Amino acid sequence: MGIESSLGDGFLTTKVDALTNWARSNAAWPMPMGLACCAIEMMAFAGPKYDAARFGSEVMRFSPRQSDVMIVAGWVNYKMAHAIRRIWDQMPDPKWCIAMGACASTGGMHRCYGVVQGCDNFLPVDAYISGCPPRPDALLHALMKIQDKIRTEHSVTLDT
Amino acid sequence: MNLELSETLQNTVDRLSDKFEDSFIKVYQSTGDTFILVEPQNIVDICRYLKEELHYIYLTDIFGIDRFTSEDRFEVVYNLISLRNREKLFLKVRLPEEEPVMDSITDVWQSASWMEREVYDMFGIKFNNHPDFRRIFMPEDYNYFPLRKEFPLLGIPGSIELPNSTPDTE
Repeated sequence: MGIESSLGDGFLTTKVDALTNWARSNAAWPMPMGLACCAIEMMAFAGPKYDAARFGSEVMRFSPRQSDVMIVAGWVNYKMAHAIRRIWDQMPDPKWCIAMGACASTGGMHRCYGVVQGCDNFLPVDAYISGCPPRPDALLHALMKIQDKIRTEHSVTLDT
Repeated sequence: MNLELSETLQNTVDRLSDKFEDSFIKVYQSTGDTFILVEPQNIVDICRYLKEELHYIYLTDIFGIDRFTSEDRFEVVYNLISLRNREKLFLKVRLPEEEPVMDSITDVWQSASWMEREVYDMFGIKFNNHPDFRRIFMPEDYNYFPLRKEFPLLGIPGSIELPNSTPDTE
């Protein structure tokens, strides 16, 4: 019926680490932090043409409790930074962060008093994407980089 | 300077300068728009007159200008539109560098409330008799006025707090 038929009467050996990482990396649910025009490209990324579902990331979770990857899409001002950090703190571990586009990465063209010059000033960012705004392919690329990162992590630790 | 005023704008200028002779300073044109400079003391009456008698019923915008190093440093500009006459008019007021204070026109147009708060937030120009006078964009405890010319482009470092990036631990 299932996998047994192709494997025959055998068994499969693997590591818990590998299995956990395989599962985690193929179900990285995004927390869409859409703040500006990058959010439009992020929607295209989730839509049928670019199809984030191929990578297991189709479920945009608007609840931080259910999400794994925060995509900061757009420029972050100082007032918003507090809200973003609060949402980030509410996301359960393990979690990852993508700074999407020039503004989220460095402040971009918003070189002024009200905008945080890069969301890595208050968030631990795993992947940066260049572009203004980046194409959905670039976001997929960042997602694949995050998947690579998840796959090389040690997800199981001894609780002493 | 030669003015090219339409019939209705000419009527506006004539009646305004007639009625508020003491407050009326000058009228000039630039890039196709007409600007009327008046004294700040009578601004509420002038606005009410423009709205009720001359049918400039729509207040599009209020904004400030910092003419740094000029005398009477600050300028407040009211952008008025007459829908019936299809005319646009800019009403201007100049304020000194020390204590730029003038009257609020929220009694005439309620929509002026947020616009005046914005002018205060960005330039520090105070408005008397405003129903809800506080900052609109910047934090309440912010000590600076960002659109003044002496304010640095990237702001004062550390003047707005960033969130704590080490999560609370018990």
